[in-house]
Amino acid sequence: MSILTERIRTANASGRKAVIPYLPGGFPDSDRFWDELAALDAGGADIIEIGVPFSDPVADGPVVEQASLDCLERGVCLAWILSELAKRKGSFKAGLVLMGYYNPFLQYGLEKLGRDCAAAGVSGLIIPDLPLEETGPAAKALEGTGTNLICLVGLNTPKERLEQYAKVAKGFVYFVSVLGTTGVRESLPEEVLAKLAEVRPYFTVPIALGFGIARPEQVAPFGDLIDAVVIGSALIRHIDAHKSAASFMEGWRAGGK
Amino acid sequence: MQKGYFGKFGGMFVPELLMPPLLEIEEAMNTIVPSESFQAEFNSILMDYVGRPSALYRCPNLSERLGFNLWLKREDLNHTGAHKINNALGQGLLCKHMGKSVLLAETGAGMHGVATATAAAMLGLECVVYMGATDVVRQSHNVRRMGLLGATVVPIESGTKTLKDAINAALRRWIADQRTTHYCFGTAAGPHPFPTLVREFQSVISREAKAQFMKKIGRLPDYVVACVGGGSNAIGAFHEFVPHSEVKLVGVEAAGTGEPGCHHSAPLNLGTPGVLHGAMSMLLQTTEGQIEPSHSIAPGLDYPGVGPEHAGLQDSGRAHYGTINDAQAYNAFMTLCRSEGILPAMESSHAVAWVLENAASIPKDSHVMVCLSGRGDKDMDIIEEYEKKFRK
Ligand SMILES: Cc1ncc(COP(=O)(O)O)c(C=O)c1O
Repeated sequence: MSILTERIRTANASGRKAVIPYLPGGFPDSDRFWDELAALDAGGADIIEIGVPFSDPVADGPVVEQASLDCLERGVCLAWILSELAKRKGSFKAGLVLMGYYNPFLQYGLEKLGRDCAAAGVSGLIIPDLPLEETGPAAKALEGTGTNLICLVGLNTPKERLEQYAKVAKGFVYFVSVLGTTGVRESLPEEVLAKLAEVRPYFTVPIALGFGIARPEQVAPFGDLIDAVVIGSALIRHIDAHKSAASFMEGWRAGGK
Repeated sequence: MQKGYFGKFGGMFVPELLMPPLLEIEEAMNTIVPSESFQAEFNSILMDYVGRPSALYRCPNLSERLGFNLWLKREDLNHTGAHKINNALGQGLLCKHMGKSVLLAETGAGMHGVATATAAAMLGLECVVYMGATDVVRQSHNVRRMGLLGATVVPIESGTKTLKDAINAALRRWIADQRTTHYCFGTAAGPHPFPTLVREFQSVISREAKAQFMKKIGRLPDYVVACVGGGSNAIGAFHEFVPHSEVKLVGVEAAGTGEPGCHHSAPLNLGTPGVLHGAMSMLLQTTEGQIEPSHSIAPGLDYPGVGPEHAGLQDSGRAHYGTINDAQAYNAFMTLCRSEGILPAMESSHAVAWVLENAASIPKDSHVMVCLSGRGDKDMDIIEEYEKKFRK
């Protein structure tokens, strides 16, 4: 079983949703990033998504975009993230996933990416601008490396595409909760519940709900339709307000049942 | 499974949430666009509203001086003053046929924004135009035009505040509003099906030109030359000639100031392959895959990417892509004004400049067609600024 699937199932077995915080690589600065990452891990994150900055993040809202541009200014890049992770390999309980746009991965070299992800203990890649049609080269490069390419689906994904994604999904499936970009929202659209009920039977791997989620109360209504939640912009705002990743995780561990 | 490739270039590198609306447009492109009723409606709009066919004009004075025939395909004479209207009306009409009520567009120079605002007004659609905050200031005249035409212009403050960021923001808006909104992409770039759809609507340029040449000189031209920003006027000017290997196809990119190390807009000449705005193409980027800023005196050429079909045509050797710097474009602008009484857009001046700069290697008595993509009235401030800086 994929490490990512295993982490989520373990959380579920203890009666809670897996918690997947998202932290842009090198945020809030290149040193504190590693402290916050360790704090998320110690605080009980089941999987941690590390953002790889890109100059043109079309699937992201203003909070993630600004954090990403700030990280680029400071010289954060994929090579730095991977080599620093390799030095710390084995020190995280949480599964690690990189979330980033295709071009930086492509320029890094997909073969090399597969090798270096394995060396860095990265178990998955979320590439939001790589729909099914274009996954071929990346999937091939990752074959046999233990690193999963995570599929994203959403409110408008039709049955035929769900069927196709179901054939290739590994680790977990990322369900995008809104027709929109990342960023905190007060409430999730009504139709999420119905769509999740439709999507659920297609997949044997767990489903993580992400985009727009800020508070544990928001995910309570989804009950058994989801297995994990991803929280991004809310964590960035929390840290921007000079609060710690540790206190953020406390809130989620308490509320994310 | 892959769709919309031109050799190695093209594709659909977009969030999954944009796949359904893109596939919906692909379907409409394949079924609605070729239908007799759509074609009849579109052609009558092009004729009576845009003023097509646009003239194919032989420049008498420059032809005399150069020793070969310089022909201009006068897209500058179209309603709204550029080739952009061909595409905006085509997509506007398609939007209506798809049952959507809003046209969303990005714009750099403002020409595509004005064209889309015009199409929306004429077709009874709502119009929202995304424009980098820097461009809103640089092209204030066009911003006012869009306002008068009833469009809402949204200034984009993120990133470099130019065209590239306007496209990012428009794609984000489209994710959210896809049920009611058609994204009227302004050039032959972006994810499939846009490069093919925009080419379809801009090919009227080469279809007309081919017929006009046959009538006027009884054969095809030797050269077809067009400026390349995203590549829509160029692909429209090339398309019908691509199968005729005797016609040389030349795209002209903007070299900016031309000084080493300075920004430019020449990804085909100086970029590397990569993925931006939904397509694999040639890009201005760092070795780490971050997009680099572009520059050109012509705002419509100021873009770090280029349509994937041009990358494919370059790769296969069918088309050749040259560069022209700001100063050469300015000289060509003045030359066309003074010799022929035609005031070209700074973008189109790059294509004219390529012919002037390469005149020595063009055989005598050749027939050379330049796609004069737009008129220069919009560029008065740019010309004035340039002259203040360099021509005191
Ligand atoms: C007059 C004119 N020509 C050319 C261009 C460049 O676009 P494309 O390369 O898509 O033809 C523009 C863009 O704004 C323009 O306004």
